[in-house]
Amino acid sequence: MRDLGIYIHVPFCGKKCGYCDFYSVKWTKQAAEDYTVAVLRNLRHYSEADRKVDTVYLGGGTPSLLTSMQIESILSEIRRSFLLDQQAEITMEANPCTISAEKLSELRNAGVNRLSIGVQSMIDSELKMLGRVHSAERAVQAVLDAERAGFENISCDLMIALPEQKPESLQYSVEKLTKLPIKHISAYILKTEEGTPFDCDEIKRKLPDEDGTAELYFEMVQLLEKHGFMQYEVSNFAKEGYTSRHNCRYWKCEDYLGIGPAAHSCYNGKRFAVDRDITGFIRSGIQQITVTDENPCGFEEYAMLRLRLKEGLYLDDFPEHRNDIEKKLPPLVNAGYVQTDGESVWLTPKGFLMSNSVISYLVFD
Amino acid sequence: MGDLQIYGRKPFTNSGLSDIIILSKYVLKRGKTLANDKIRNFCIIAHIDHGKSTLADRILEKTETVAIRDMEDQLLDNMDIERERGITIKARAVRLKYTAQDGEDYIFNLIDTPGHVDFNYEVSRSLAACEGAILVVDASQGIEAQTLANTYLAIEHDLEVVPVVNKIDLPSADPDRVCNEVENVIGIPAMDAPRISAKMGTNIEAVLEKIVTDIPAPQGDPKMPLKALIFDSYYDSYKGVIIYVRVKEGRVKVGDNIRLMATGAVFNVVEAGFMDASNLVNNGSLEAGEVGYIAASIKSIGDTQVGDTVTNDDCPCDEPLPGYRKVNPMVFSGIYPADGAKYGDLRDALEKLQLNDASLSFEPETSIALGFGFRCGFLGLLHMEIIQERLEREYNLDLITTAPSVIYKVTMTNGEVQYIDNPTNYPDPALIQTAEEPMVKASILSPSDYVGNIMELCQDRRGVFKDMKYLDDTRVELHYELPLNEIVYDFFDVLKSRTKGYASFDYEMMGYVPSKLVKLDILLNGDVVDALSFIIHTDKAYARARKIAEKLKDNIPRQLFEVPIQAAIGGKIIARETVKAVRKDVLAKCYGGDITRKKKLLEKQKEGKKRMRQLGTVEVPQEAFMSVLKLDS
Repeated sequence: MRDLGIYIHVPFCGKKCGYCDFYSVKWTKQAAEDYTVAVLRNLRHYSEADRKVDTVYLGGGTPSLLTSMQIESILSEIRRSFLLDQQAEITMEANPCTISAEKLSELRNAGVNRLSIGVQSMIDSELKMLGRVHSAERAVQAVLDAERAGFENISCDLMIALPEQKPESLQYSVEKLTKLPIKHISAYILKTEEGTPFDCDEIKRKLPDEDGTAELYFEMVQLLEKHGFMQYEVSNFAKEGYTSRHNCRYWKCEDYLGIGPAAHSCYNGKRFAVDRDITGFIRSGIQQITVTDENPCGFEEYAMLRLRLKEGLYLDDFPEHRNDIEKKLPPLVNAGYVQTDGESVWLTPKGFLMSNSVISYLVFD
Repeated sequence: MGDLQIYGRKPFTNSGLSDIIILSKYVLKRGKTLANDKIRNFCIIAHIDHGKSTLADRILEKTETVAIRDMEDQLLDNMDIERERGITIKARAVRLKYTAQDGEDYIFNLIDTPGHVDFNYEVSRSLAACEGAILVVDASQGIEAQTLANTYLAIEHDLEVVPVVNKIDLPSADPDRVCNEVENVIGIPAMDAPRISAKMGTNIEAVLEKIVTDIPAPQGDPKMPLKALIFDSYYDSYKGVIIYVRVKEGRVKVGDNIRLMATGAVFNVVEAGFMDASNLVNNGSLEAGEVGYIAASIKSIGDTQVGDTVTNDDCPCDEPLPGYRKVNPMVFSGIYPADGAKYGDLRDALEKLQLNDASLSFEPETSIALGFGFRCGFLGLLHMEIIQERLEREYNLDLITTAPSVIYKVTMTNGEVQYIDNPTNYPDPALIQTAEEPMVKASILSPSDYVGNIMELCQDRRGVFKDMKYLDDTRVELHYELPLNEIVYDFFDVLKSRTKGYASFDYEMMGYVPSKLVKLDILLNGDVVDALSFIIHTDKAYARARKIAEKLKDNIPRQLFEVPIQAAIGGKIIARETVKAVRKDVLAKCYGGDITRKKKLLEKQKEGKKRMRQLGTVEVPQEAFMSVLKLDS
């Protein structure tokens, strides 16, 4: 049986950030408790005692709003209901403001071994503009506390193409960030999602244009790699041996089970999503799902996901498409979007920025 | 409803036809024959917007052929396009009854003619079916180029021309000036012309009386062998082709075998009768002097050429009526379905349109850029636009059309003569001895204020000035010889805009003249896009090439690859633009394993791609093909 990854969506936030459109609700003590109970119930429901689980990811929202006890109970239930691997990668996302040194130790003891900290920027004015409650100094402190608490595998989020961002300010954040004891950086281009507070002219007219964004992205890739954080995915960079095993499941069409409102799964031959409804999740015995794909991981999906990875797709994985793809490669290679060694095909940073078009060119007629 | 199918469409679709009550107090009895001297066959000549259709409606109303409450504006213009554009595309004939002031009952046959130059031949055949023409002139605008052309045509056909001054209700109306103009320019008495307002229904009786008193009754002997002129035809899905005829000599009745003399085809008459405002009335027979229709189970409209003579197969006449000629298309364009899968639908639609329009020609052609489509021949630009519009509206097709082309006459070095209607087939210049292009005689009427603008335009279009004369103090008529290929693009639009809409324009073909022609190719990413090639005069090639390159640059979206746009004559590049590559797509996170957004983006990309023509690595939207057709807008 294939290994499994488990994703727990913790849909609570102290304060919603203006750019974010992920599902989250206001944290209350009661809701967090009821939610935890529902997570445990669902884990038991999906229980496969002999299924090896080698990654767990607590994402959000703000998972660090849960108490150490709540986190521990969830991890214990995973151990009971599945075969949690000794070497499993167990990640939790954390907001720099919600993790004290003490809590970090408790989490580490509960089994969390990887932290993803939402730093976003090392410049206070940018953080303020993003609506983040933490300062750059607080973010640094959080990372250092985590290291002291025994976290050896720390990832930080970075956001680029911020309003009025210049190459110099990006450079500053990257230099500061890469000096910290971290192994992994997720760097996202800010995108104004429809319906969020950032979806307004005041923000949008300050955003770098297409060319500016592209320049910032290339600058960032180059800087991070200079500091030993090698790009392994569109938005992800890691020191050697520290790629996110859990996230790689998504891009390699491996199984993952999502628990919690708005969580997504690719599990036992189906893709499905849990309803975006915390109350429903708490009240119903089993989480309510909508199947989004009865037959996932076909060629188009495989190519779309695989090409997010630096290692790209293997031409022999879908031999019936090999000829077609090889025929289409030369102009893409000439334009600098794609590289190939005859066995696999992968995108360059230039190609990553144009991935919809490149993938569409490669896989559609 | 078969009876009501006119031109393949139900007429009066908005009014609910079954409700129309024909109030005519006097219904013609079947089989009743009429004395010729009580018949008046006439048409109405007018410039667009001078009120031809409105007057026709008023006449129908006054003769109580249609109930007033069922009057819908412009009954005779059945097609949406005709109403919207205020033009008549097809001829139509209606029989009306009028009790004149002399106490006698008269039969009027009103033949509505297409007014546009594209349909000149049809107009001439409709005129040949009449003894008189009502010339409607706008009381403020005066005579226009088209009016003049059609009036001369009417006079050539020995028609009695009855001038009528319309729109006297307008504040700017100046009937005296207009009457003077008619007398001076056309040379017919106009001082006693009825001054009317068709819109308000003012003084319509005067027009009706004029028809009785001024227009001669038809001549012709019912005992002679049958000789009838076809002036229009259309396809009815129940009865087959319905032909509109004017019987000149003899008689035709149900059961007769008729022969169409140009094609030699013989048919058995199933119905013979006339049209009232909305129905075909099978009268059993038609005889000399009458206008009406014949149904004879005719399958193909190709058999019923406008201008042909119908005779009795058993007792034929000696010779056909004069003036018949086969109508040849003047303007050609490639028509392609935007969605290649709709090729079959396009063919079906063209076949259906052709049932009613023998002057539309088409044959399959293939383009590297556009796939499978048809090379279509049209009588002129308006005809082309109408066909395209009908294909899109009535048959719901999304089309890509190529630039209109005329027929070039090319004499090869080996003496062979080729006629080229598709730029793609233009021979290698090295093999051409002489190339010739069609010229037209153009006549433009305009207020004298705009003479400068018009001359500039005609000069720019390689026109040769012939003469200019003042119609009165303020209006002039200019004559130019112009290459047809200079007017097929947008000449009329530009003329209108440079004269604030006041100028009118008319032309007739005058034959071929030698010309310095070149084939201009457009290359995208180094490859010739066949659908964008066209033939042009050397002197205009550079300017046109630059304009097209710019237009394409504006209309081809930035995409994955840079798109070099080049214009070339032979191997020589004469214009160049570049569409830069996009640098960044919309990105989607796959956060928490949610890949739905990324998938949606790809779906969108896939959809977008479907709307594009893939030419090598270049994606070209259909707007880009269309944009080069209208360079001045």
